[in-house]
Amino acid sequence: MQDDLFLKDFLDRDSLRSLQLQRMRATFERVYQRVPFYREAFAKAGVTPGDLRTLDDLHRFPFTVKTDLRDHYPFGLFAAELSEVVRIHASSGTTGKPIVVGYTREDIDLWSEVMARTFHSIGITREDVVQNAYGYGLFTGGLGAHYGLERVGCTVIPMSGGQTEKQLMVLRDFGATAICSTPSYFVHLIEEAAKAGFSLRDTKLRKGIFGAEPWSEEMRRRIQTESGISAFDIYGLSEVIGPGVSCDCEAKCGMHIFEDHFYPEIINPATGEVLPPGSEGELVFTMITKRALPLLRYRTRDITSLHYEKCACGRTLVRMAKVMRRSDDMLIVRGVNLFPSQIESVLLDIEGVQPHYLLVLTRDGALDNLEVRVEVQPEVFSDEIKVMEGLQRRIHDKIKQLLGLSAKITLVEPGAIERSAGKAKRVLDQRKSL
Amino acid sequence: MKLQQISIFLENRSGRLAHVTKVLGDAGINLLALALADSSDFGILRLIVSDVDKARQLLQDHGVVSTVTDVLAVEIANRPGGLASLLAIIEAAGVNVEYMYAFAEASTGRAALIFRFDDNAKALAGLQKAGVNVLKQVDLG
Repeated sequence: MQDDLFLKDFLDRDSLRSLQLQRMRATFERVYQRVPFYREAFAKAGVTPGDLRTLDDLHRFPFTVKTDLRDHYPFGLFAAELSEVVRIHASSGTTGKPIVVGYTREDIDLWSEVMARTFHSIGITREDVVQNAYGYGLFTGGLGAHYGLERVGCTVIPMSGGQTEKQLMVLRDFGATAICSTPSYFVHLIEEAAKAGFSLRDTKLRKGIFGAEPWSEEMRRRIQTESGISAFDIYGLSEVIGPGVSCDCEAKCGMHIFEDHFYPEIINPATGEVLPPGSEGELVFTMITKRALPLLRYRTRDITSLHYEKCACGRTLVRMAKVMRRSDDMLIVRGVNLFPSQIESVLLDIEGVQPHYLLVLTRDGALDNLEVRVEVQPEVFSDEIKVMEGLQRRIHDKIKQLLGLSAKITLVEPGAIERSAGKAKRVLDQRKSL
Repeated sequence: MKLQQISIFLENRSGRLAHVTKVLGDAGINLLALALADSSDFGILRLIVSDVDKARQLLQDHGVVSTVTDVLAVEIANRPGGLASLLAIIEAAGVNVEYMYAFAEASTGRAALIFRFDDNAKALAGLQKAGVNVLKQVDLG
């Protein structure tokens, strides 16, 4: 297919940097003209797009954070007219309102391109039959992977998430050679296949592309041993584009960032200072080609490091280490992004008083379980069991509605949740690392 | 005619019932009748005590969540069929039982039931009309 599509993966660093600068300057100019938020932010920082003379000038420009998206909900940071926007996606935000992202026709092409490069870098070709078990819908995973797979020319099976029995039937009957899902869901498939009396080793499945939640090298080994496939890590977030920001190659020594579109920096999360290559810190992206939502210096809160040495696969694109930590309190539960503050607002809404609560995360096999322990306040206590069970159900349903997660709600006595002198402890993560 | 019942929230953890009853016992509060209702992961302890106000204050001081509910205590004949005939009267009065619990005094042979109705006033009228003995206090000694 379009072999020149993949040439960008092998550009010499000087050509790449000059391409990055040219694209970044054009985008800064455009964003400055079109997005009042950035015009004000630049003014406050005392800079104009003209101050970006080299890539090393980038550090002078202000950061963008998740709350900026929330404050300009839903479309306030768009740099394109809605008439030019052909697609909207959204992910859970910090306080109930989702984080909304938009794509122009060019953005969809760019997204398909980076996803096609992703699949190409792990050796997926048009001969492959690919089962896409990422959720289709507002979540970027399903459609993002879908367009990339079609661009490669694969035979795509748009399964979306869930329906485990059907997934296994399709996997066997349609002869899927590759699958896209969260790593924990794939482990669930391995286990369910075993219960149904077969091994994924006896299917045609050879490759898995796993993302949307952190997973370790031990998990990779386990998946590969138990299913006989080669497991690849993929990274992305909707604020950048969705999946397709970076991906393992066949050398599996870090994920190559498609930096001709997404310019990465590593900063000290406490000071904002840019750190040298190889240092661990917070990953920041500037979207240098996007049209609808080209965020500048967007703080991902993901902690990783960047490695510029040439990879064994021959790609010159920078590699990022697996993300295992964050610089904020975001949790990832069954691939869903979750902030304790979201649960807090649900409880506040239902109980009408400031809640005392604790989120307890456990792992049952490979699947995450979320338990919300909440202290019963005198204001909501009733002598009737059915009223208290109704309270549990309302909390459960509201969380389900907001996050799509089914949580176990446990009512506890006042004072049962430990108070610490400073910040309340809201999370007890008992999950073994995946 | 209405009695005040104290309802107490208990989480599903060993020692919680013992803790609450000890707090009340240490203060000299007598438990005249009680019932424990439970769901899969919490319980509600319902008590008729000798001193409601004192008990409430104690519980609050110990950080125990409680509430006071009006209930009716009804004396019945401590013999087979005693409850069935009482429930027929209740049904005829057109009220629903939210919950109930029973206790008996062995030495006197008397028995009583504590009821929480969806409409206590209507239930009381029906019971009195049928000549049922609705107790002013729970003391069968």
